[in-house]
Amino acid sequence: MDNYEFHWNVVFDAFPQLLGGAFTTIHVSVLSMLLGIVIAVLLALGKMSTSKVFYHIANVWIEIARNTPALFLIYMAYFGLGAYGIHLSPYFAVFSALVFINGGYLAETFRGGFQSIPKTQYSAAKSLGMNKFKVYRYVILPQMFRRIYHPMTNQFVWSILMSSLGILVGMNELSGETQRLQSTSFRTLEFFIVAAVMYFVITKLVLLAASLISKKVFKGEIS
Amino acid sequence: MDLFTPLSWNDTGFILTGVLNTVFISVVAILVGTVLGLAVGFVRAESSKSVNILLGGFLDILRSVPLIIQLILFSTFIGAMGYPLDPFVAGSIILSLYTMAFMGEVFRSGFNSVPMAMRKAARSLGMSYWQTVRYVRVPIGMRAVFPSWLGVALSVIKDSALVSVIGYMELLRTAEQLISRTQQPLMILIGVGLFYFMISYPLSLYGKHVERKMEI
Repeated sequence: MDNYEFHWNVVFDAFPQLLGGAFTTIHVSVLSMLLGIVIAVLLALGKMSTSKVFYHIANVWIEIARNTPALFLIYMAYFGLGAYGIHLSPYFAVFSALVFINGGYLAETFRGGFQSIPKTQYSAAKSLGMNKFKVYRYVILPQMFRRIYHPMTNQFVWSILMSSLGILVGMNELSGETQRLQSTSFRTLEFFIVAAVMYFVITKLVLLAASLISKKVFKGEIS
Repeated sequence: MDLFTPLSWNDTGFILTGVLNTVFISVVAILVGTVLGLAVGFVRAESSKSVNILLGGFLDILRSVPLIIQLILFSTFIGAMGYPLDPFVAGSIILSLYTMAFMGEVFRSGFNSVPMAMRKAARSLGMSYWQTVRYVRVPIGMRAVFPSWLGVALSVIKDSALVSVIGYMELLRTAEQLISRTQQPLMILIGVGLFYFMISYPLSLYGKHVERKMEI
């Protein structure tokens, strides 16, 4: 119990590298979130479309993303596509798996948000003389955005946390960088404690920023 | 000489061990996590602000640090302290605590979902405090949050794949070892994905069905 000596100096010396890793973590989560949103919009439209083909493509994508582990999808991108001769870099493998999952989860969020707005509002706005663009711009989308804001924040935090799986394919984000640094110094415990704290701080900062933005944009209408 | 031996029927037992281990650790984590989460949720719904801040802070750590880091940290920590645990035990401890953190929030909102008027009505019928908890708040509140509970349980089954990092032979790790022997990643991975999908998809459909039924 008492013979483990903590050596923090190694960790402090390697702090710039850890920060670099943290930057990659944020980088990959932001990008995967942005592309995920674009895909999610398309998938949500597909799921609500009358075309059977689009509906089924969207449905299969969403259900695979929601019902298989993230690690499985990362392995699929990293090892599975390799069988087809497509060799993705660790960064790109994690990135594409996160995009795939974010797209699937957010599509359901968007669809739910869209369908939660009663159809009567659409007719009411139309009868006030608004055209289709104006109805969406001033009536439907602002309300929808309010409802999907919270789930979207959660999905972003989830992306940050799940990008830590990059450690298993040798990506150089925060946890991968930690793994690499601890393997040369053998200060496993110290490095991972610092990494855990960094993840905690990043997550809290994101949540803080999200709540500040929501206060500004929605003027305190949602928490 | 052939370096790699292809997948054969002899591997069935090996894969089956992985499947059973995945199911086993998920069931343990969900059961323990539910029991602990029920306690945590109840305490959080009932206690004062200061207790809530302390408890909430602890749960917050469990939810804001990636599971994989928690697993590595815990298994390294107990190793460094001189009490190395079996990967299964270490994995189920962390996975259960992780589950508890999420279940706690679910159950807390379940306990709070029973209106005060109903609790007071139960008390005025002569029930004791614990009787209102046992016969009113648990049955009614827990039914209300069943879909969310199922959602958390499903995510635990999927997250159990991460226990492989500390050396537990669950499905994804057996698959990884088979891949490095056979060099047939696509077939093996698709099989693994299908397994998770076949467990998770019907349950998620059921959850949606229950949710829809409750709305009406």
